[in-house]
Amino acid sequence: MNEICAPVLNLVNRLGEMALFLFDAVRQTWHSRRLFGKVLQQVYVIGAKSMFVILLIGLFTGLVLGLQAFYAMSMFGAQGMLGSLLALTLIREMAPVLTAVMITARAGSAMTAEIGVMRISDQVDALEVMDINPTGYMVTPRLLASVITFPLLTSIFTVVGIFGGYLSACVLLGLNEGRYFSGIESSVTLHDVNGCFLKAAVFAVIVITVCCFQGYNAHRRSDGKGAEAVGNATTSAVVMSCVLILMADYVLTSFLL
Amino acid sequence: MNQQAWDISIEHLDGGYEGRLVLQDFSAVLPAGTITTILGESGCGKTTLLRLLLGLNRPAGGRILIGGRDICNMSERQFRKLRRRFGVLFQDGALISSLTLAENVALPLVEHTTLPRKLLREAALRTLELVGLKDFADYYPGELSGGMRKRAGLARAIVTEPPVLFCDEPTSGLDPITAAQMDQLLLDMKACYPAMTTVVVTHDLGSVDHIAEHVLVLKDGRTAFAGTKEELKASQDAYLRRFLDRKFEESRRMAAPPLDTSVRRALAEWLDD
Repeated sequence: MNEICAPVLNLVNRLGEMALFLFDAVRQTWHSRRLFGKVLQQVYVIGAKSMFVILLIGLFTGLVLGLQAFYAMSMFGAQGMLGSLLALTLIREMAPVLTAVMITARAGSAMTAEIGVMRISDQVDALEVMDINPTGYMVTPRLLASVITFPLLTSIFTVVGIFGGYLSACVLLGLNEGRYFSGIESSVTLHDVNGCFLKAAVFAVIVITVCCFQGYNAHRRSDGKGAEAVGNATTSAVVMSCVLILMADYVLTSFLL
Repeated sequence: MNQQAWDISIEHLDGGYEGRLVLQDFSAVLPAGTITTILGESGCGKTTLLRLLLGLNRPAGGRILIGGRDICNMSERQFRKLRRRFGVLFQDGALISSLTLAENVALPLVEHTTLPRKLLREAALRTLELVGLKDFADYYPGELSGGMRKRAGLARAIVTEPPVLFCDEPTSGLDPITAAQMDQLLLDMKACYPAMTTVVVTHDLGSVDHIAEHVLVLKDGRTAFAGTKEELKASQDAYLRRFLDRKFEESRRMAAPPLDTSVRRALAEWLDD
């Protein structure tokens, strides 16, 4: 019985700790000093520095979607619907999910490693003894910056993806441009765009909470100490973030549809 | 600086890590306005004691009075307020790696005051000048030597002019000249702020000779000696003599473990390769 219960209790315990960690990070928004500058710096680290990879992934996602959808839909003579299909797929699912996954891989893993190293090299203790709340100093700016940058990067991903779809469907395969763009215009509603932004914001909170939590607690890991613990924490952060993004996506989609 | 007497009194303290008590029934008094050095073998509980004094670990029992206030029975908020009066130099400086030296030194002021940037930088530069690092203000900790990082850590610890300064092994891993510089810096701090209570955890007997006004020797989590360095030098206690004369205990002598023949053969093959 113990063998079954222990992992479940452990999981519930971890989730509870993570929720409290998030709560503390939110609470520190009102207590942290000179937050604006720190948030701006994180907007640059999470947002501006992730731009290139998002542009690249967005373009190729659009290209391949356009290609696949064109051939699949031409079997039914429904190529005219390609614009709608591509835009809705991108806005509702692909853009928020892929953007979050890519930011997790690029910025999330880096923040876990950075906070983990700070933890094992006494830097977090140093903050505490200077009466600087470590969560407020390290997590709150990242949380706020991510809530701003995730939706922005998701929008960029969507626009570039639609452009990629246009390139493969219209420029390469000869679909009429007017049909492609009018399909997008007639099918995408404000509800879809709002849903897209909501998903991006929720994924931002998930990614930052998981990545910062794993780094912050790197010293408590049972599967390694020191540098190994930081490495393991980074792996856990990326895997857990990706799993939680997909799970949250399913839940959100159920409510948004 | 606050004129209150910041003496530290430790009474029947028990403390350690998850199920392992390192300090047991430990009592000591660290007088206000003096440099107290805490000495002892590796693993005797020096760093544990420091972490308990800083509130980074919770004691399992006993009391710690700093400036007459029991930190073990304080609310988190009260303790955080008290801790603002502490300056701490960690073993490797514990400087924030993503900030320059000037930003590191100014950090407590940045986070707790609304001073303009220009004044903050000036304060940081003045303090860095005190530790001889003004020219390195815009360097990152990773670009500096261990000794420089420690001096920068000391600058950060004193930028708020705290009445209590804790230093964890300020001279460990430093060459004799840099170690002597570090000791001199602590004495200079003392000259600048005579009321400052300084607690230095160290292994370095030379350092003790140079800076200590009060010495505490720990052995197996208990006080083996408390007094002045002159009293320590004159002590005839067998353990203290061994410690001061750097003599090892015969009972702890280990016979060199002979290598297994197969290991020897493998090593020989590798060396001949």
